[in-house]
Amino acid sequence: MSEITYLEAIREGLLEELHRDPDVFCLGEDIGTYGGAFRVTQGFLKEFGRPRILDTPLSESAILGAAVGAAIMGLRPVAEMQFADFVANGFNMLVNFAAKAHYRWGAKVPMVVRLPSGGGTRGGPFHATNPEAWFARVPGLKVVCPATVRDAKGLIKAAIRDDNPVLYFEHKFLYRRLKDTLEGEVLEPIGKARVAREGSRVSYVSYGSMVYHGMNVAEELAKDGVDVEVIDLRTLVPFDEETVLESVRKTNRVVICHEDTKMGGFGGEVAARIAEKAFEHLDAPIRRLGAKDTPVPHAQELEDAFAPQPKDIKAAILETVAY
Amino acid sequence: MEAEFRASSQADLARYDAEFLLGLYRDMLRTRALDTRIEALYKQGKLVAGCYSSRGQEGLSIGSTAALRKDDVIGPMIRNLGSMLRHGIPMTMVLRNYLGRATGPTKGRDGSSHFGSLEHNVIAPISMLASLIPVMSGVALSFLMRKEDRVALTWIGDGGSNVGDFHEGLNFAGVLKLPFVLILENNQYAYSTPIEYQTAAKDFACRAQGYGIPAMKVEGNDTLAVYEVTKEAVERARGGAGPTLIEANTMRMRGHAIHDDAKYVPKEMFEEWEKRDPIATFAERLRKAKILDDRTAKRIDDEVKAELEAQTDDAMAQPPADPAHEIDEVYAP
Repeated sequence: MSEITYLEAIREGLLEELHRDPDVFCLGEDIGTYGGAFRVTQGFLKEFGRPRILDTPLSESAILGAAVGAAIMGLRPVAEMQFADFVANGFNMLVNFAAKAHYRWGAKVPMVVRLPSGGGTRGGPFHATNPEAWFARVPGLKVVCPATVRDAKGLIKAAIRDDNPVLYFEHKFLYRRLKDTLEGEVLEPIGKARVAREGSRVSYVSYGSMVYHGMNVAEELAKDGVDVEVIDLRTLVPFDEETVLESVRKTNRVVICHEDTKMGGFGGEVAARIAEKAFEHLDAPIRRLGAKDTPVPHAQELEDAFAPQPKDIKAAILETVAY
Repeated sequence: MEAEFRASSQADLARYDAEFLLGLYRDMLRTRALDTRIEALYKQGKLVAGCYSSRGQEGLSIGSTAALRKDDVIGPMIRNLGSMLRHGIPMTMVLRNYLGRATGPTKGRDGSSHFGSLEHNVIAPISMLASLIPVMSGVALSFLMRKEDRVALTWIGDGGSNVGDFHEGLNFAGVLKLPFVLILENNQYAYSTPIEYQTAAKDFACRAQGYGIPAMKVEGNDTLAVYEVTKEAVERARGGAGPTLIEANTMRMRGHAIHDDAKYVPKEMFEEWEKRDPIATFAERLRKAKILDDRTAKRIDDEVKAELEAQTDDAMAQPPADPAHEIDEVYAP
């Protein structure tokens, strides 16, 4: 069994579902002949042909709208936004059409939107954002943010099998950085957080790229005797509140961290739930880390100052433990 | 590539089966009867929120939907009440939705004719205009992928045709040669805004050229002409030749919604279009061709009235929406 990357795990998951279910198809810009801007779908066209692997016009709203229509008719489209940032062009299709269909008239919309997101790649204001919070507060949408190779595969497969519109945020920084060996059928549940590392002194709650950084910091702090519990949310919606609360009840201290900007970020919701439901268990104020409230800047010096860095995570954890 | 204009002539009637023609007439009457009933219920305070009238545009909905098979899929807009009825939606379903009843198609979660029914091959619209165009392209894409011999059809207005989705959707359908038909109902006003404030182009059909697809123009209050051009477009779509844009000229005979008195429309314009009423003009043609006489007219009228009364009684007897289920079904299980 050889190691695969996070990116290859997404690709494997897609391939397995395409083979398993003839109703699954992929559409997006440059996903066919070119194999996708990040080569996630490389070779798919040759294997499955057009229209099942569909290079579309440069029209995000038409891509998402067509996916909605095909999904209502019972197909299982996987629509790729070339960069998560571009989903802004198709916002209405997701928040008004896809999200409300089942509630309004009982129509299932079993579609997946793949959104390569996040920074650390010097992508700048239009190629590096983390727009998950735009959607996490829209009833009717599911939002998943895999942070490991296993979840990259297990959650894309679960997303495709789900009868609801699922926004699948794949983190570009993790694409080729993470490697793992996967055996057997990999299918992970949507709506279940994961204790990535057990610990006793403080809970570190995160998702996406900040799980990767948090795990590294936790290993480093373990050497100094600070035992950090790392919670990987994996799914923002449905939000697995219980796993977070359980951890906080145990450690009595919490640091929440995401790469998205802080104002209105999903961390605010996590903090509010803890304050509402586990306040009496807290021995220190809830600490919340997020990017600065600016567009994502391009230059290395600026981007590194923008998003939480391992040193910021370490400092926040130590301050919370010392409180 | 100039769009071709169609208006059917008196002689055309002979080509049709009398029952088919009477069916068109009857469905237009059913549409107006239901439309009038909805207006009345609103005025009696029995029905709240937006009422959107199809009055004056019945011929367009009935003529175009008549060109489809029952397994074809439609995406009706708010002024396509007739399309819903013609495609098999019972009147009570519309009324229950307007009345916000627990047993309505949206259980009180959405109002007016804002609902769909997969059982009837009807996709629900959303309020953001033109969104249905990419979505119905996706419906057509599902036919292409599953090699099904079906067609997707939707409508758009003069105003809605200026939303980006109109252009993205038509272009998408054109590239893929999807079995898709789009009917643009130019009813002269988008809420209060006249067409000259919507576009500098001489018409709307010319837009099709930009997407490499054919366009036809038709007199929208001529039900049979609408039927004929739609039939042609549907056959093209079914044959794999791709989408068609049809521009139909008509008039919105009420305000945008019931609260709107439409004072911004010149009185003469209403008077002029009243003479072109799709039901009255069609009835006159049927009479001249001796397809419709007083006795048949009365029979149809009585049947429509009886249907309306029974369906209204059924809807009024339904239980109100239930807050206990308000938060259910946001997600599919």
